[in-house]
Amino acid sequence: MTPTPASPPEILRAPLVVEFPFTRSLGPVQSAFLTGLRERTVLGVRTEAGDVLVPPVEYDPATAAELRELVEVGATGTVTTWAWNPEPRTGQPLATPFAWVLVRLDGADTALLHALDAPGPEAVRTGLRVRIRWAAERSGAITDIACFEPYESDAPAAEPQLHDGRFTDPVTGIVAPARLDYTYSPGRAQTRYLHALSERRTVGERCPSCAKVYVPPRGACPTCGIATTDQVEVGPRGTVTTYCIVNIKAKNLAIEVPYVYAHIALDGAGLALHGRIAGIPYDQVRMGLRVEPVWSEDGRYPDHYRPTGEPDAEYDTYKEML
Amino acid sequence: MTPHRPARDVAIVAFAQSDHRRRTDELSEVEMVMPVLHEVLRQTGLKTSDIGFTCSGSSDYLAGRAFSFTMALDGVGAWPPISESHVEADGAWALYEAWVKLLTGEADTALVYAYGKSSPGSVRDVLSRQLDPYYLAPLWPDSVALAALQAQALVDAGHTDEPALAAIAGRSRADAAANPHAQLPGARPQGEYVVQPLRTGDCPPVGDGVAAVILAAGDRARELCARPAWIRGMDHRIEAHSLGVRDLTDSPSTRLAAERAGAFERPVDTAELHAPFTSQEVVLTRALGLDDSVRINPSGGALAANPVMAAGLVRLGEAAARIHRGASDRALAHATSGPCLQQNLVAVLEGDPRA
Ligand SMILES: [Zn+2]
Repeated sequence: MTPTPASPPEILRAPLVVEFPFTRSLGPVQSAFLTGLRERTVLGVRTEAGDVLVPPVEYDPATAAELRELVEVGATGTVTTWAWNPEPRTGQPLATPFAWVLVRLDGADTALLHALDAPGPEAVRTGLRVRIRWAAERSGAITDIACFEPYESDAPAAEPQLHDGRFTDPVTGIVAPARLDYTYSPGRAQTRYLHALSERRTVGERCPSCAKVYVPPRGACPTCGIATTDQVEVGPRGTVTTYCIVNIKAKNLAIEVPYVYAHIALDGAGLALHGRIAGIPYDQVRMGLRVEPVWSEDGRYPDHYRPTGEPDAEYDTYKEML
Repeated sequence: MTPHRPARDVAIVAFAQSDHRRRTDELSEVEMVMPVLHEVLRQTGLKTSDIGFTCSGSSDYLAGRAFSFTMALDGVGAWPPISESHVEADGAWALYEAWVKLLTGEADTALVYAYGKSSPGSVRDVLSRQLDPYYLAPLWPDSVALAALQAQALVDAGHTDEPALAAIAGRSRADAAANPHAQLPGARPQGEYVVQPLRTGDCPPVGDGVAAVILAAGDRARELCARPAWIRGMDHRIEAHSLGVRDLTDSPSTRLAAERAGAFERPVDTAELHAPFTSQEVVLTRALGLDDSVRINPSGGALAANPVMAAGLVRLGEAAARIHRGASDRALAHATSGPCLQQNLVAVLEGDPRA
């Protein structure tokens, strides 16, 4: 096949969303703290030096000593630093402009990060007295504090009180859902590969040094560490180099088990890609079987590969690609 | 505390970086990394097969894909198998690992590279996922918001004000005009508040970029480089994760790392500080006790180009390159990671005395 110089392709882009529910268990201290929030009770933990840490941690940040002595602190406090956020972002506590604040709750020696609902930056300052605004529905999470709000009061701040940390139906775990949105662009080599697939052709790229043809191409030869340059059309036929029989049905997959998943060295390629084998009983698939791609009507890549009916390839012709 | 003396002389002998750009949609990670790897190897005449140890830094969260570094690894010629490692962190920490490897005597040369392709996602939101998942991450505080809390604490403490921050931004971008790789070269307006008190000008650009260095030990370093940048000491330290526990106006971890790296034994003439926000430069210069005799961020620093995961390695590379070309005799390089300078690495680099 004649190599063609790889031309700069039109850049492909596609949305890529990564979403995951971060499921985490809580230790005794975090469990008590988050359960406490559900019950409108703020707990801190006392260090050996006598400081009260809010939010509490299980180990002293200075000495690494295990901390278990819980105390209840106030729902009012003082802003220790702040930053006005004119454009709230997705997931942040308030949808209207607000101040990020570190708040030292009355009775605590450290500060908690949260949002402060205020009309504008001129209404916020370090030293401002604030109180917790509780969320209407609370589940045992930091978001049970909806936000803080300014609160001037002459009432004396309460001393921290020992607390046994016991609540009925304690929260023992949290799910912190995360979602990040990306725009994926695959780069030059894979863009060329995807463009060719849309024409039902498979192209690899040849390393100018070792002449190996990579398919799918990723832009570099991992042996030589240099860019692959020339596009080479490979296939459409190929040889099964190795395979496995899948017996467990994957979630949301329509394919009936058992089926065969194989490494297929397309003719002209320097390494094998993988694909499903169909059109032959699963227990008759073998190394050396000659196959060709089968495209579904609007498929953007081969749905599967089926036998061509040719004699099997000699082992020596594909042993380097195992 | 007495700084540790390295058991073996190890130097940065070459440094290369990409042009840092807002986006590189046409390039995959490996396509972006490869030209920089070729350039740093070219400077020494080494081939990938000559390198004793390879270490890289990057983050799957930027790419949005698991094990994304394995793709970029194709660019170093990783077949047949090589001695290789990766840190899910800034490349400065990959350099630390490579330095230790060379100190053990298990290798004489090392290739260190790092890359960050921030353009596919929203880096402000992406960085929020490195926060404590119990108390912080559910609130989605973004990287600018956290830096702004630190900036306000500095203003309240009287350590800086908005004009002083603007002057840091102005100096950095003016210096970057002489840096052909910088993303923001030359003067720019301070702009509106992003999160008050930080304005656009106080914040780093978002961009894609790559950096690579080569380390070599002893005589090998002298063969490969006319004036090696000897690593006299290097150390990294971390502070409590919870922001409310820390004094945000200070950076004791930076000071301790600098002390252990030997930075305070003799004055340095240059400091490449990894301060993505103007306010963080205030914290670092105070923590390190740097005065007007020290040239800070002559490259323009992270305010002119901040490829996340590579910007710290760039600081080490820029400091070394200044020694290579004789513009510095003793330089401090610093890298940071995490919110509000949570983790800090300091290296002290020296050139041989000049006749
Ligand atoms: Zn090759």
